[in-house]
Amino acid sequence: MRLPPWLAVVLALIAACGGDGGRDGGTPAVLTGAGATFPFPLYSRWIAEYQARTGVRINYQSIGSGGGVRQLSAGTVDFGATDVPMTPRERAALGGRRVLHVPMVLGAVAVTYNLPTVPRPLRLSGEVMADLFLGRIARWNDPRLAALNPGVALPAADVLIVHRADGSGSTYILTDYLSAVSAEWAAGPSRGKDVRWPVGAGAKGADGVAGLVKATPGAVGYVEAGYARQHGLPAAELRNRDGAFVAPSAESISAAALGIPAASVGTEQPSLVNAPGAASYPMASFTWLLLDPARARRGATRALVDFVRWALHDGTPVAVALGYAPVPAAVAARVDATLAALRASTAPGSAARGALPREGGA
Amino acid sequence: MTATARRGDRVYRLATGACAASIPMLLAFIAWVLATAAWPAFARFGAGFLTTGTWDPVRDAYAVGPALLGTLVTAGLALAVAAPLAVAVAVYSAELAPRVLRTPLAFLIDLLAGIPSVVYGLWGIGVVVPALRDDVGPFLRGTLHLGGLPLFAGPSFGPSVLAGAAVLATMILPFVAAVTREVLLAVPRAQREAAFALGATRWETVIDVVLPYARGGVIGAVMLGLGRALGETIAVALVIGGQHAFASSLLAPGYTLASLAANEFAEASDELHVAALMAAAATLFALTLVVNAVARWLVGRVARRGEAT
Amino acid sequence: MSAGGIAPSVDTARDAARITRRARRRRRSRFMTAITATATALALVPLVSIVAYLLARGGRALTPTFFTHAPAAAGQAGGGIANAIAGTLLLAAMASALGVPLGIGAGLYLAERRGTRRAATVRYLADVLAGVPSVVFGIAAWQLLVRPVGHFSALAGGLALGALAIPLVARATEAVLHLTPSSLTDAALALGFPRWRTALTVVLRGALPGVATAALIAVARVAGETAPLLFTAFGNQYWSLRPDQPIAALPLQVFSYAMSPDDGWRRQAYGGAVVLVALVALLTLAGRVARRRA
Repeated sequence: MRLPPWLAVVLALIAACGGDGGRDGGTPAVLTGAGATFPFPLYSRWIAEYQARTGVRINYQSIGSGGGVRQLSAGTVDFGATDVPMTPRERAALGGRRVLHVPMVLGAVAVTYNLPTVPRPLRLSGEVMADLFLGRIARWNDPRLAALNPGVALPAADVLIVHRADGSGSTYILTDYLSAVSAEWAAGPSRGKDVRWPVGAGAKGADGVAGLVKATPGAVGYVEAGYARQHGLPAAELRNRDGAFVAPSAESISAAALGIPAASVGTEQPSLVNAPGAASYPMASFTWLLLDPARARRGATRALVDFVRWALHDGTPVAVALGYAPVPAAVAARVDATLAALRASTAPGSAARGALPREGGA
Repeated sequence: MTATARRGDRVYRLATGACAASIPMLLAFIAWVLATAAWPAFARFGAGFLTTGTWDPVRDAYAVGPALLGTLVTAGLALAVAAPLAVAVAVYSAELAPRVLRTPLAFLIDLLAGIPSVVYGLWGIGVVVPALRDDVGPFLRGTLHLGGLPLFAGPSFGPSVLAGAAVLATMILPFVAAVTREVLLAVPRAQREAAFALGATRWETVIDVVLPYARGGVIGAVMLGLGRALGETIAVALVIGGQHAFASSLLAPGYTLASLAANEFAEASDELHVAALMAAAATLFALTLVVNAVARWLVGRVARRGEAT
Repeated sequence: MSAGGIAPSVDTARDAARITRRARRRRRSRFMTAITATATALALVPLVSIVAYLLARGGRALTPTFFTHAPAAAGQAGGGIANAIAGTLLLAAMASALGVPLGIGAGLYLAERRGTRRAATVRYLADVLAGVPSVVFGIAAWQLLVRPVGHFSALAGGLALGALAIPLVARATEAVLHLTPSSLTDAALALGFPRWRTALTVVLRGALPGVATAALIAVARVAGETAPLLFTAFGNQYWSLRPDQPIAALPLQVFSYAMSPDDGWRRQAYGGAVVLVALVALLTLAGRVARRRA
């Protein structure tokens, strides 16, 4: 039977592209990673620049934070990426292995709204936000909102809450914050990538939330701060722990990281929400790269550590240009020390796959 | 028959038998994967998993009652609208249209049938949801004054059960129409010619001769469409609003079993959460088994009433 | 078309009645033709709407670079979906290699053994299989082909898609084969043709147009699936056609970019969707041509 022409073409293509060409015997030709959507644009730039400098190729797919954790736990990728630290249960499922959480960049969640009659950024406090999302505040001209926004004419319109329909790191950060500032929220929906929302409509993706908020007067929702800035969405100023009203910006987000001394790398990931500091934005968070040295392919840990150290040192300008808040220098220094130790234990020729630093030292 | 022919026949029988056997084997494998992954959830929640509606990943509470209902409602609505239209379209493009139009029409319908669900999903969010929010919702509630009915109660934000049903209907219509058209075209020409010879009009030929002759195939096409409607994941996930709640309004956001699995699977890393999602998929699997059994029984009734099966 | 009435009638009242009836029936036929034509026009509206919408949001992304380059990083110009197009073609080829022969074989089995309990069971199971959500095929393939091996691969994706296609091809093949008149088959068998030869040279050849179209529609449909590929083919921003490595695919790229926070990428998502639709159109056209040739 004659080969259909398309089949012949395909077979030829396969033959031509065979052979990925391994690099030096020590490093995999392409490193694979999976996880969070939030840092995806930044990682793609870092990966491209790093490849231009060193030739190392990294294939990253944004299948979601949970997907990143799952694939890393199953050993099908070289690294994961997540906006949400692994839960105790997820760690228990690792069978004794320890996964390293490396903070790569900072993100934050902005509260966006549709109130055409409000000229300046809306001001909210944690308690009032919790009441909004709990459904306790039904209309915009509620006295609690008026108290926070003196001199602003708030409409008598209904409040429509818009939340994410799909699980997301943004949801985690928001609910983490609400749990920290509201006992009722902590007892109720609590924190998670996906919670039981008392009120509101769900939209898929940041795009969905932004679109729904933009199209519905009186709506209020949450999106990544960078996304809000990129699209010119109004972002509320939140009252932080020290009492100042702060808008999400690279400075206020980085300031939040400085407020937590233990922020570093390891298996403990302190939360950054409601961080102390007059300039801190209350809904900030790290996004982490997950490494699993115990199960890594030969040379993968070493190659990844090199990439991460480069990104933390030299990747800052790109991060800022794309609207992300870089990890503060103090934190980056501590991370670097730990990673250097890890790399040293993976010297070529050494049989060790990479020893993780002892707990408490990191 | 020669020995070679007999051997050839044996090989043939084995080959086609093996091909056919691949289907139950595949199904068994998928059922096994689902059952083992879903077991923790069923063991923990029991039958309440299917009838109640609390979905709280933080509290380890999972139940798919609303999603199950949503699957039935969206698929049922979509099929109710799309199946008759699809048969009409197939009839037109196979029998009644001017000959010169038939090939282009067939091409366009096949094209629509092949458009991927992710494209329908994007179109759904970009066109259908805003249309529902800005035009259809207010129309139904305002102009037609249906807002009082529980079926159309509540504000219409756009993402809703109705949006899901609309996108589903749009997707399965061309699919059912394409398969039906092929079935109609395969009806022997002799049947039609006999009808014409007896003085039947085009329409009468279709309705009294061609359709009855092809009845089994048409029902098969509709059932394939039903299968697709029940299992459609990505397109529905993008427009249905993702709400785990028993809502009686079509304009409220909701969920289907398949879109629930799609929406949450990417982010779910907690074992119980994943098990609950697999249990939702397993429920859908069981539902498909039941629905198809019922449909098959119906076909059997129809066939027994003496059609050319 | 022959005139109504067989024997001439001398009764003018009866003639008049017959003529009125005939006119009424013809009117009804024209009316129903109009109705079904309207239904068809209605069914085609989404096609126009979809293409218009995709072009509006993604038309700007359709540059020559788009078709010749692999993706670029966010914020950088010059990225494309060339590797995704190649990936989808390879995956479609793999899916066809698995799904079409098995599907046609199963369809032959079902058509020949019609009426037997075994065939009825297989037919029922095929319908159930066709209704399993595509994401489940991906998950099952992940368990079988990705997890044990420790990495994603194009092969896993191709097999998942092929499995998805089997019941579609089988049912559509059976539907078409069943309606092929048995006269030719009977004649061939009477002439001493063995069953297998009859099936391949007589039955299949006669039904080839319908079967080819059905197979092509099935493959076009599975080639556009995203969910099964998320956990099997995984996606790849580099050029790779190796079956044992992750591979880019158009639906994956479209979905991933559409949900991403980058504007340029989102535009490319819609551009990619346009290309997807164009690919489906091409495959469908190929189906039509195959039909004409046979």
